[in-house]
Amino acid sequence: MAKPTQPRFVSQLKRYYALYTGGFIGFVVLLSILEQMGVPNKILGYIFLGMTVLLYAGIGILSRTSDVSEYYVAGRRVPAFFNGMAVGADWMSAASFIGLAGTLYLSGYDGLAFVLGWTGGFVLVALLLAPYLRKFGQYTIPDFLGARYGGSLPRSIGVFAAILCSFTYVIAQIYGVGLITSRFTGLDFGTGVFVGLGSILVCSFLGGMRAVTWTQVAQYVILVIAYIIPVIWLSVKHTGNPIPQVAYGYVLEKVTAREQVLNDPTTPEGAREAEVRAIFKQRQSAEEARLKALESGGKTYLAQEKNKLVKADEELKAGRDADPKAIKAADNAVKNFPADVASARNAWRTMAEADRVKAGPIAAHAEPFAGPDEATRDKKRKNFLALVMCLMVGTAALPHILMRFYTTPTVREARHSVFWSLFFISLLYLTAPALAVLAKYDVYTLLVGSSFSELPSWVSAWASVDSSLMSVTDINHDGIVQLSEITIGGDLIVLATPEIAGLPYVITALVAAGGLAAALSTADGLMLTISNSLSHDVYYKMIDPKAPTRRRLFIAKALLLGVAVFAAYITSLKPGDILFLVGSAFSLAASAFFPALALGVFWKRANKTGAILGMVGGLLTCMVYMYITYPFFGVNASLWWDINPISAGIFGIPVGFAGVVLGSLATDAPDKATQVLVDHVRYPNLERDIKTKVA
Amino acid sequence: MQLTEKHRQYWRRNLRLTGFLLVVWFVVTFVVGWFARDLQSLTFLGFPFSFYMAAQGAQLIFLILVGYYAYCMDKLDREYGVHEDDQ
Repeated sequence: MAKPTQPRFVSQLKRYYALYTGGFIGFVVLLSILEQMGVPNKILGYIFLGMTVLLYAGIGILSRTSDVSEYYVAGRRVPAFFNGMAVGADWMSAASFIGLAGTLYLSGYDGLAFVLGWTGGFVLVALLLAPYLRKFGQYTIPDFLGARYGGSLPRSIGVFAAILCSFTYVIAQIYGVGLITSRFTGLDFGTGVFVGLGSILVCSFLGGMRAVTWTQVAQYVILVIAYIIPVIWLSVKHTGNPIPQVAYGYVLEKVTAREQVLNDPTTPEGAREAEVRAIFKQRQSAEEARLKALESGGKTYLAQEKNKLVKADEELKAGRDADPKAIKAADNAVKNFPADVASARNAWRTMAEADRVKAGPIAAHAEPFAGPDEATRDKKRKNFLALVMCLMVGTAALPHILMRFYTTPTVREARHSVFWSLFFISLLYLTAPALAVLAKYDVYTLLVGSSFSELPSWVSAWASVDSSLMSVTDINHDGIVQLSEITIGGDLIVLATPEIAGLPYVITALVAAGGLAAALSTADGLMLTISNSLSHDVYYKMIDPKAPTRRRLFIAKALLLGVAVFAAYITSLKPGDILFLVGSAFSLAASAFFPALALGVFWKRANKTGAILGMVGGLLTCMVYMYITYPFFGVNASLWWDINPISAGIFGIPVGFAGVVLGSLATDAPDKATQVLVDHVRYPNLERDIKTKVA
Repeated sequence: MQLTEKHRQYWRRNLRLTGFLLVVWFVVTFVVGWFARDLQSLTFLGFPFSFYMAAQGAQLIFLILVGYYAYCMDKLDREYGVHEDDQ
């Protein structure tokens, strides 16, 4: 295929994507007409998800390539604007799309750590890395480490760290893909994972970075339309203003006023809330008493308790006119009774904790670091800032993002494309806090105080689908919904917004397609990073530097397939908590890469020993802290300065910097060639007056 | 090879700009974040000030920082003759 000149290429791209966006909107309109004609929801969901997945696969097939530069860096001719969209899709994962607004709903100001961290990191990318990596102009991040510090050890550590953090991250994405496909099509989770994976593979398998880039641009368009339309609608419904980011200040004020009413027991509504909270308080004390008895009585106590339940169940069944529902509940209570002391302790502790939260007053949405005393508030503030720092530095160190800046035509375009990236990401991240407040307003005013016999239709619909997402129980039997009687799972906010806003089912399907686009695009970028690290850095650079192009690409594609199947297998085991997986990927990347990358550009004296020491030290510190403090691993050591395991990078980053500095100063300065390389990356064009040659 | 004095000056100006923008970045994120509780009684565009900064203000400032850097560096590249050939 002949390559057109860059300006022609750009205008072609603009035309294609304008047509595509128009076509997509037309497609949504067509489906909503079908919905009006009475096509059932399930079919609409299938058509929607099926068409978008086919579209991604189609772009993948059209962009197939067997050219090394096209496969690894999309031919280095992605214009700044389009690279910005691709970074946006690469960046915004299932966690951003589905989870973020929910986190903000549940934790108010404190959840904004994610918004701050995931946008502020791009300032670091722009100022410290993107232009210099583009000037360096190779294929992967370990490439830079290998060339800057020399020898294969820095490169190998880079490969190991790149795979470790990308793999942790990709598992969270595939999990999201499985969740969405299974929820909206009725396939089971495992099948959902493999269907989603198939479409990821068609895309990156045939065309590498080139196919992934153009698919990500298409996915960005879908995900941003899907995210913003329902929020605009909700904003019009509550404020009459179609720009939610501007309108929600006024809504936030009303939410704050509502919080005060509901927290004040002298008002009628506040009194009813207090009544429900008192019931939760009792439950909490009962749970704690049971836990105490378990600690002293151990196995015998557990057996006694179980006997009581069995006896109650039998008595109920012996009775003449027992309610079948009550019998079922009693049966379940016996069946679900914890089998041993350890599991009983865990289950009861969780229950007591849930009741304790419900028994407390409503936390104010806009109040930073809310807490009953100075110590709690201080602890929250420390963790908030530490998390922001880890997310920011991690953003500037995740290989799948940095790699995208290799694909622009020039250094100048690399700088501009960071601007566009942040612009396209902000469209969503400025909307999420608005969505959280608008949804909260809806729940606080329309749901609270409504009667149990006539709940809004979205509440009953979601409560029947999944009780962990939405459940309302009449705790004090007054027939009216109190806030403390509602349990909402974070993911509900985005998924149910179209219904809360009263939009047709097509929009719900659109949101599902948007979530799928977010998860797939990120997974695409991550899998490509992993397989490129293996094929380019390990196979080509270390094992067989003379390998012909065809074999290199063959190896790359085979590895991609292997990585994908392995990742899907790990995901099907359903490990850990998604938010922790994502957060730890940031901490790991921040500790391993950032010091060596940034000092590699800004400090000529940094050398191989320093880089090795810094990367290994940072990574180990971070991993060890996670291992000893995250409950999943079972060590449960005490926290250092109360910092949660998700922010382990706050210890890893300084150790990494100290390692690079001390290691470098203790050994000789790097050789002349390295110094020349550093000058080469610092100036966009040095050839004008000086000739430099870089391998 | 030898860099000219002009090249060194370009790099120093780049460092100054980078340093200045990083200070703004740090203040907007961490200094405002540290004093969030003390600033919440202020109101800005109808929002409590600390909430507005974390939810919107900081992102807008980040966007300006990145855009301003790209703009200044384009100018600096041309001024010092280290810009890339137009394609």
